[in-house]
Amino acid sequence: MIDNNAATLLEVRNLHATVNGVPILKGLDLTVRAGEVHAIMGPNGSGKSTFSKVLAGHPAYEVTGGEVLFEGRNLFELEADARARAGVFLAFQYPVEIPGVTNSAFLRLAYNAKAIEEGRDELDPLEFDDLVREKAKLVEMDPSFLDRSVNDGFSGGEKKRNEILQMAILEPKLAILDETDSGLDIDALRIVAGGVNALAGPGRAIVMITHYQRLLNYIVPDHVHVMADGRILKSGDRSLALELESRGYDWVTGARQAA
Amino acid sequence: MSAVLQQLVSQPYKHGFVTDIESETAPRGLSEDVIRMISAKKGEPDWLLQFRLDAYRHWLTMVEPTWQNVSHPPIDYQDIIYYSAPKPKKKLASMDEVDPELLRTFEKLGVPMNERAALAGVAVDVIFDSVSVATTYKAKLAEVGIIFCSISEAVHDHPELIRKYMGSVVPTSDNFYAALNSAVFTDGSFVFIPKGVKCPMDLSTYFRINTQDSGQFERTLIVAEEGASVSYLEGCTAPKFDTNQLHAAVVELVALDDADIKYSTVQNWYAGDENGVGGIYNFVTKRGLCQGRNSKISWTQVETGSAITWKYPSCVLLGEGSSGEFYSVALTNHMQQADTGTKMIHVGKNTRSKIVSKGISAGRSSNSYRGLVKIGASADGARNYSQCDSMLIGDRCSANTFPYLTVQNPASIVEHEATTSKIGEEQLFYFAQRGVDAEQAISMIINGFCRDVFIHLPMEFAVEATKLLGLKLEGSVG
Repeated sequence: MIDNNAATLLEVRNLHATVNGVPILKGLDLTVRAGEVHAIMGPNGSGKSTFSKVLAGHPAYEVTGGEVLFEGRNLFELEADARARAGVFLAFQYPVEIPGVTNSAFLRLAYNAKAIEEGRDELDPLEFDDLVREKAKLVEMDPSFLDRSVNDGFSGGEKKRNEILQMAILEPKLAILDETDSGLDIDALRIVAGGVNALAGPGRAIVMITHYQRLLNYIVPDHVHVMADGRILKSGDRSLALELESRGYDWVTGARQAA
Repeated sequence: MSAVLQQLVSQPYKHGFVTDIESETAPRGLSEDVIRMISAKKGEPDWLLQFRLDAYRHWLTMVEPTWQNVSHPPIDYQDIIYYSAPKPKKKLASMDEVDPELLRTFEKLGVPMNERAALAGVAVDVIFDSVSVATTYKAKLAEVGIIFCSISEAVHDHPELIRKYMGSVVPTSDNFYAALNSAVFTDGSFVFIPKGVKCPMDLSTYFRINTQDSGQFERTLIVAEEGASVSYLEGCTAPKFDTNQLHAAVVELVALDDADIKYSTVQNWYAGDENGVGGIYNFVTKRGLCQGRNSKISWTQVETGSAITWKYPSCVLLGEGSSGEFYSVALTNHMQQADTGTKMIHVGKNTRSKIVSKGISAGRSSNSYRGLVKIGASADGARNYSQCDSMLIGDRCSANTFPYLTVQNPASIVEHEATTSKIGEEQLFYFAQRGVDAEQAISMIINGFCRDVFIHLPMEFAVEATKLLGLKLEGSVG
């Protein structure tokens, strides 16, 4: 939903970042307003996932230049956990398994960490159970998953649904979905996309990182960006994704060489 | 992140303070004279002096074990003070008579024992520098025939029981440290649960080393007669010193027919500083004898302290259908070394044992599980299940598993499972991305890892243990 009067949520300017000393992001610019849905597409190695990790504050990535403002505030002043509590959410491409920690205990800890930050009351296990069961319906997750260890023994699709469940519970302002569609069959994709669509709205921006236009049939973006070699080369509306589908990424990267 | 994790584990020891109580101490070193002095000071009968001297003479012929996966400078046994006691006072009838200084010490440790005793329904037999100074609930327990007192008192009041059982599970010649303990033990606890009595409350002893350089040589003896049951809690903490302190305790448990003994420990002796200076050497011999049919002994331990831990709470499963359990969490950080585990000796028919060991290593520590499961030729239908899990925090620590299986009976089943995992940066980042800081994340992962053991701790201890692990790991992950 494009509303040029909506507040700017995320402002990325000339962002540079390295991992193990190797430059990956090389001058990335992006503006995201509240309520918008963005898709960032691009070939392998273009830096899409790095961008998501840098925004979330992964310790392995070093920011070497540029700035990122989140609600007008320098995002890099915040540690990763503080960014999360401020409303930045990353749905992981490969969610880690945490044996021995139940999903419900984990979710409640996360929920309460944010509640404390916002000066709201923490929920006790019973109150939280009501909330989480309600939210679990959104991604058609069986409540038995709540008693299992976080992602432990989950299938690929179950892990992705669990990510969206966390998003539903934490109600972030900015949700970054890192290849949430990878490894999903059609049914799982429909469920995950349904969950995301239900959560999309005026108060929340979504940035989807994906290789494939397929996801965009389910979650329709307002803006599509093509990324290569650590920066955004081309931006457009949904038709850009369709054009990419038919012409391939070389069309964009080649266009860049010609320019 | 690494720096954050490093900071997290580097919190100084909270309980480092010295209580100023005038001590009466023996000269440094060990000789027959020192042993005679200890025995005389305690007004012991001649048979007990002989018990000590026999142990001492045997000890002189023994050498320290070297098979454990730990290293330390040689211990000078002639540089240790073997006896140290607060000045003898008249017998204390109530808590009001206890030295206020001592009570303040317990306050600092977070063990307000009178309150704790009253509120939690726990009778506390307090060991303070080797001499029991207060025993609560004794009268109440006596009504049902339970004896809960110091070993010294028991020697005087119940000599026949001490003579019969002391040394019956861990003989004076059992091993180097047990022999040393048998020669010089100063005090400890004695519990006797008569036939058919279920002890109505958890029994608890808090140990604390106070005088610098004084070795601690406690002895605990618990006897549960036919059909009796008891749950015993042992907790430790010690003040901060730079010189190493030797702690060589002996614990013996005896369970007769259908008796049930549950022994739980939270051990938090001073572990030394980040560079391994100071800390307690904790060389302990704990063994239970399931003597009767269908008897049961269960050890649960949470080992978080000491510079070096050398400890193998064991069960000798003699009675037909008897069972032994060992649930352990051993956490090492900084330069700590732990070599701990259990021995399950199956002798009787249809005996069962279960071992669940969780080792957590952080800093530059070394953490080894060492366990023996022995199925004797006569142990038809014996079963053992062992599970040994290790968790590594950071990349400078080590974890080892040394399982020994000796099976002499084909009609038995022995199972062993082991896993190793690591608290990784990716896990912590996952927590962080959900708004949870590293400290809480580690605490939650560790508690999840230890859950199979914690569920066997009494409620009070479980809460304490959870906090303790969090505290011990503050500043340590990386």
